[in-house]
Amino acid sequence: MVRNGKTGVRGAGVVLACALALAGCGGAKVGDTGSAQSGSTGDCGTFTIAINPWVGYEANAAVLAEVAEKELGCKVTKKDLKEEVAWQGFGTGEVDAVVENWGHDDLKKKYIEEQKTAVSAGSTGVEGQIGWYVPPWLAEKYPDITDWNNLNKYADLFKTSESGDKGQLLDGDPSFVTNDEALVKNLNLNFKVVYGGSETALIQAFKQAEEKKTPLIGYFYSPQWLLSQVKLVKVKLPPYAAGCDAVAEAIACDYPDYDLDKIVSKKFADANGPAFQLVKNFTWTNEDQNLVAKYIAEDKMSADAAAKKWVGDNADKVKAWLPGGAK
Amino acid sequence: MAAVAVSGVDFRRPSRGVVVALILALWLALWAVLKGLHTLALGPAQLTPLHQGLNDLNDAIGASRNTNPLFLYFFNEIRLVIDEFVILVQSLIAQPAFGRPLPLIGWLGVVALAAFVSYAAGGFRVALLAAAGFTFLGLQGLWQESMDTLALTLSAVLIALLFGIPIGIWAGLSDRFAKIITPVLDFMQTMPTFVYLAPLTLFFLIGPASATIATLIYAAPPAIRLTAHGIRNVPGDTVEASESLGATRAQTLGKVLLPTAKRTIILGVNQTMMAALSMVTIAALIDAPGLGKTVIKALQTLDVGTAFNAGLAIVVLAIVLDRVTTAAGTRVERARQNRNPLAAKVRTGGLIGGGALTAVAIWLSYTYVWAAEFPSDGEIGGSIAKGVATATDWVQGNLSGITNGVKDFATLVLVDPLQSVLTGSPWWLVAAAVVAISVVLGGVRAAIGSAVCLGLLVATGLWQDAMATLASTLVATAAVMVLGVVVGVWMGRSSHADRFIRPVLDAAQTMPAFVYLVPFLALFAASRFTAIVAAVVFAAPVAIKIVADGVRAVSPTTVEAATASGSSAWQTITKVQLPMARQALVLATNQGLIYVLSMVVVGGLVGAGALGYDVVAGFSQGQLYGKGLAAGLAIVVLGVLLDRLTRAAAARTGRA
Amino acid sequence: MTAQEVEVDPVGAGQPDPVISVRDVWKVFGPKASEVPKSPELCALSRRELMDRTGCTAAVRDVGFDVAPGEVFVVMGLSGSGKSTLVRCLTRLVEPTSGQVLFEGEDILAADEKRLRDLRRNKFSMVFQHFGLLPHRRVLDNISYGLEIRGVGKAERAKRAMEVVDLVGLSGYEKSYPDQLSGGMQQRVGLARALAGDPDVLLFDEPFSALDPLIRRDMQNEVVRLHREVGKTMLFITHDLSEALKLGDRILIMRDGKVVQVGTGDELVGAPVDDYVRDFVRDVPRANVLTLKWIMRDPRPDDVLDGPELGPDVVVRDATRAVLAAAAPVKVVRDGELLGIVGDEEILAVVAGQEADA
Repeated sequence: MVRNGKTGVRGAGVVLACALALAGCGGAKVGDTGSAQSGSTGDCGTFTIAINPWVGYEANAAVLAEVAEKELGCKVTKKDLKEEVAWQGFGTGEVDAVVENWGHDDLKKKYIEEQKTAVSAGSTGVEGQIGWYVPPWLAEKYPDITDWNNLNKYADLFKTSESGDKGQLLDGDPSFVTNDEALVKNLNLNFKVVYGGSETALIQAFKQAEEKKTPLIGYFYSPQWLLSQVKLVKVKLPPYAAGCDAVAEAIACDYPDYDLDKIVSKKFADANGPAFQLVKNFTWTNEDQNLVAKYIAEDKMSADAAAKKWVGDNADKVKAWLPGGAK
Repeated sequence: MAAVAVSGVDFRRPSRGVVVALILALWLALWAVLKGLHTLALGPAQLTPLHQGLNDLNDAIGASRNTNPLFLYFFNEIRLVIDEFVILVQSLIAQPAFGRPLPLIGWLGVVALAAFVSYAAGGFRVALLAAAGFTFLGLQGLWQESMDTLALTLSAVLIALLFGIPIGIWAGLSDRFAKIITPVLDFMQTMPTFVYLAPLTLFFLIGPASATIATLIYAAPPAIRLTAHGIRNVPGDTVEASESLGATRAQTLGKVLLPTAKRTIILGVNQTMMAALSMVTIAALIDAPGLGKTVIKALQTLDVGTAFNAGLAIVVLAIVLDRVTTAAGTRVERARQNRNPLAAKVRTGGLIGGGALTAVAIWLSYTYVWAAEFPSDGEIGGSIAKGVATATDWVQGNLSGITNGVKDFATLVLVDPLQSVLTGSPWWLVAAAVVAISVVLGGVRAAIGSAVCLGLLVATGLWQDAMATLASTLVATAAVMVLGVVVGVWMGRSSHADRFIRPVLDAAQTMPAFVYLVPFLALFAASRFTAIVAAVVFAAPVAIKIVADGVRAVSPTTVEAATASGSSAWQTITKVQLPMARQALVLATNQGLIYVLSMVVVGGLVGAGALGYDVVAGFSQGQLYGKGLAAGLAIVVLGVLLDRLTRAAAARTGRA
Repeated sequence: MTAQEVEVDPVGAGQPDPVISVRDVWKVFGPKASEVPKSPELCALSRRELMDRTGCTAAVRDVGFDVAPGEVFVVMGLSGSGKSTLVRCLTRLVEPTSGQVLFEGEDILAADEKRLRDLRRNKFSMVFQHFGLLPHRRVLDNISYGLEIRGVGKAERAKRAMEVVDLVGLSGYEKSYPDQLSGGMQQRVGLARALAGDPDVLLFDEPFSALDPLIRRDMQNEVVRLHREVGKTMLFITHDLSEALKLGDRILIMRDGKVVQVGTGDELVGAPVDDYVRDFVRDVPRANVLTLKWIMRDPRPDDVLDGPELGPDVVVRDATRAVLAAAAPVKVVRDGELLGIVGDEEILAVVAGQEADA
C-alpha cells in the first residue's frame, strides 16, 4: 500500500512535470485568440432566427445571420424548428424571426391576429410555387403530359405497388397543406394520392425517376435546391383564381403563387433594433436563393461558408439591407 | 394430477387452433359479402370532433401560458430548473460559456476524464476504449456535436435515475404499486416519441427542457423496471435472514436489497443510457443540439455520407457508454473474485496516477487552445462520408431493379390482401373477430381488454388508418420473427457466429433510423414496403438476440440427450431447441411487435401512410395537430392490444 | 406410553417452564383467511376441500407444542407439510392467522414492531436452507451483520465475529466472499451469523438439505457438538427422518399442516400413532433407535431369571452383544424393579429387521 501510494505520487509528479513542460512550450491560451472577433459589440444584442427544415430557408437564414454578425455585431442564435413550433416561439421570446414563410394563413390568423405575438416583416422577394411536377425526361418524351387534361391517358404509366390499378400521385411533405385528394377527385383523374411522408422521400423519388428514367408525377415546389440539379417540369392545372380554394372539398384549381414573406415576433419588431431593420430590408431573388442553396446542398458547403461566399460576392445587395444605409 | 393436465393439453390444443381457424374463415366469408361497408374511412385532411377538440385545447394552452398559475408555478419552474441544469452540463463540455469562446473543459480534458471514469468504473480495457472512442469522435470532425449529444444524454439520464430508481425500488417492494406503474411504463415506451414532442414544447417550450423531458420519458422505464426486477429477485432467504435478525425495513433495503440488486440496477442504468441516446437524436426535431441535428440536416439534401458519419458517431458513443456501464456492472463481481493483493495495489496506484493525469489534462484543456479545440478538421469524417456516399450510389444504381421486384411481390402477395381484409371489413366485423380470437387464446379477461382497446381505436376516429397500420405491422413482425428464428438459432448454436453477428446487431440498433431511410427510399421508393423494411431492420436485432439467448439457454444435457438418441441437427432444432425456447420465442414476438410499432412513425416518413403519416403531419401542421395526437394514441392502443393478446396467449400455452 | 394425544402438553410435570410454547396456531393463505380458523365447519375440511370451497390454503392447522430449555426439538414433515411456514410463524416472518406463540411466557403475536425487532435481535436466530448470505459482503461482515444492525461498534463486532468464526470452524476464510465457498462452508457462515448475536433460541429451517450427503453428516455432527458446547435451545426443521432421529430430543411429525405425532425417536419408531408414521419409520434401522423397553417381554414361567441386568433406556444396538453373550435372557430393570426380559430371539428380531409389527 505504502510503496504503491508512492508510485502513485511519483506518477503524478512525472505527469505534472510533463504538463509544465508542455505549458512551457505553450501554445495559444484560450481567450487570447479570437475572442474579440465578434463579441457583442454594437447595440444589436442577440438575434434568434428559427431555422425551418428546408435548404432554401436555411440559405435565407444563413445570409441574414452572416450579415447580422459581421456587419451589425449581433449575437446570432439559430434554432432548428418546424414552422408551427417556431411560431409558438414568438410568444415566449424564444424566436425573433422566421425568414421564409409559405402562406400559412392559419398560423397568421392565430399568432398575428388572435394572440398578437407576431407581425409580418414584408416579402423576401422570393416567389413560391406549389404544384404537380414531372421529371424532365418524361416531359420530353410525352410533351402533352404537362397538361392535366391528358393525365388520365398516362395513368397506367404511373401505377405502383401503392396505387393499385390507378396512377400514383406522390404527395406528402407533411409540412405543407395539400389539396391533391380534392383535385384528383374534382378533376376526375384516375389517380391515387400516395403519401411519401417527408421531403426527403419526394426529393429521392424525383431524383431516381430522372436518373432511371422511370415515370413519376408528384407534388413539389419551387424554389427548391433540387430544381437546380433536376429541372422538374410543372404540370398545368386549371388556373388559380382568387377564392377558388375557399372550400377545401371543392377545390379544382391550381395552387396560388406564394409571395414568401418574413414573420417576426411583436417584441422584436417593437424594439426596432438593427437586426429587425435588417430583416425588414432583406429581399432577394429566387436565383440568389437557389445559388446559396446549391452551395449548401450540392457543393456540401456549410451554411455559414455558403453565406459568407455569397455575401462576399454580392456586397451591393447586402449594403441595401443595412439599417439606415450604415457603413 | 399430471396425467390430467397432460390430457387437458392434448384435448385443448388442437381444438384451439381449429377454433381460431374457423373464426378467421368466417371473417373472410363475411368480408367477401360485406366488403366496403362501415369501414370508418377518414380522408387525410378530414377531422373528427375529437381532433378538433384537441386542436382547440392546444390553442387554449398556448394562449394561457403566461397567465395560468399551473404554468407560472409548475411547468415554468420545472423548465427553468432543467434548462439551467442542462446548460450547466453543456457549458462544461460542449458549449462556450462564462465569457469564454470555448467550453470549460476542452477535448483533452474530456478524453482524459472519460478514460479515468471508465477506469474507475470498469477497468483498464474500457478506459482505453473510451479514450479511443472519444478521440475518434473528434477525428470525425464532430467533436462539438458529440459533446452536445453527450451532455444532453447525461443530463437526461441523471434526472431519469433521480426519479427512476426510487420509483423502481417502490415498485420492487410493493406489488400494488407495481401493478399501477407497469401499464404506465408500457405506455411511456410504446407512445411514439414524435407524438409527445409537440405537446411537450407546448408545456415546456422549445429548448433543452423539452428535449430532456422527452428523452427521460422514453429512457426512464428501463431503469424503473430493472430496479424493481432486481429488488424483487433478491433471494427470499436473504431478505428473511436479515429480517429474522431484527433489521428494520430501512436497514434491509440499504444493506441487503440494494447491494444485492446492484448489478441489475446498473443494467437498468445501461438500458436507460442507450434509450436516452437514441431519443436525443429524435429530439433534434425540437432543436435538441448535437448529432441528431447533423443527421436530420443531411437528410434534407440526401447527403447519406454525412448522415452516416454522424450516425456512426452516435454508434461510437453508444458503444463507449454501453461497454463502460456493462463493465461497471461486472466489476462488482470481478473485484470479489480477484483476491490478488498486487492487483488491488496496481489499481489504487492507477486511480491516484490517473486522477492526477486527468486533473492536469483538464487544466491544460481549460487553458490552452490546442487542448481545448479539437485540432482535426474532420478529414476522417470526410472520407467516411465520401466512402459511404459512393457505396450508396452504387447500391442505388445497381440494385434497385431487383429490389423493386421484391417490393412489388411482397406488397402484392402479403401486404395488400391483409390490408384489404382489415380495412375493407366493417369495423364491427373486425372487432368481433378480434374479440372472439381473444376469448379463445386468452380467455374472457383478455377479450374484455381487447374490446376496450378496439373501442378506443374507434373513438380516435382513425379506425381505417389503424387497420392499415396493423396490416403492415403484422407483416413486419412476421418478417422479424422469421429473421429472428433463422439467425437466432444459428447464433444460439454457434458461438462463433454469435461473436461476429452480435456487434453488427448492436450497431444496427443504435444507428439512428434516419440514416438508412435515404438508401431504402432509393431501393424501394416511397411505399409501405419501405416502411416495413425499416421496421424490420430496427426490430430484428432485438428478436434475434432474444431467440439466440433462448436457444443457448436450453439445457446442454437435453441437447446431448437428443444427439445421443440420433437426432439430426434439423430434428434437434425443431424438436428440442425451439420448443424448449418457447418462452424466448414468445418474448421475441412480443418485443418484435413493440419495436415494429415504435417505427410506425418513421415509416410514415417513407410512404407508409396511415397512422404514421397522421402523426408526422400532425407534428408539422397546426390544423392536423389533434389528429396527429389521436393517431399517436391509436398506435399506443394498437401496441397495448397486441402486447396483451400475445402475452395472454403465451401464458395459456405456457401454463398448459 | 405412546404420545397418542398430541394436543396434550407433552412436557411432563417437574420439567422447567418451556422456552417456546405454541398454541392453536393457524396459518391460512388466501382471501378471507382469518375466517377459516374461526369456523369449526371449515376447520374440519381437508386441505383440498378447503381449497375448493374457499380458495384458501391452510399451511399450518391448529398446531401446538412446547420446547423445553436446552432441548433440540425437531419438526419433521415432507415438503408441503407446512413445517417451514410453522417455523416462520414463530418469529412472525410469516404472520400467523390465529393462535398463540409464547416465548418465555411473552406472547410474541402481541408484540409491537419494535418489541418484535428486539426479540429477533436478541432472542432468536435463524439458519436458512439456502443460507441467505449477502453476496456482496465478506464472510466476517456477513457474520457480524446482525450485530451491525443492532448498532454494535465496529471493533466489537469484529471481535465477536472472530470468536464465532473459530467456533464454527471457518478460520482462514474470514476474508472470502460467500460465492467462493462450498455449500457446507457457506452454511457454516449462516450458522455463525445466527450464533454471533448470542441468541437464546436457534431456529433451523432445513439447513442441510441443500448439501451433499457427506457434508450434511459433517454439519449434523457440528450441530451436535455446538449444542453440547453452547447448550442453546434449538428448533430444527427437516424432511429427513434420520437427521431428525440423530439430532432431536423430541420430534414432531407434521402432515398437511397438522401435527401427527410428537415424541422421542424411540417413541415414534416403537409406537407409531398411525399408518402414516409407521410408513415413515419403516426403513429406520430400528436397532439404533429402539431401547430395550420397546422389545422386552414379560417373563414366562420357563425363563431362567439369572441373566445380567440392563436399564430400559439402553439402545438395542448397544445391548446386542450383552444379550447374545449371556446364557440367560437379560433382565430389564429400573430402580431394582424387574420390568421385563430380553432374550436372543427379541434382539435378533430387531437386528434382523423382522420384529413383528407393533
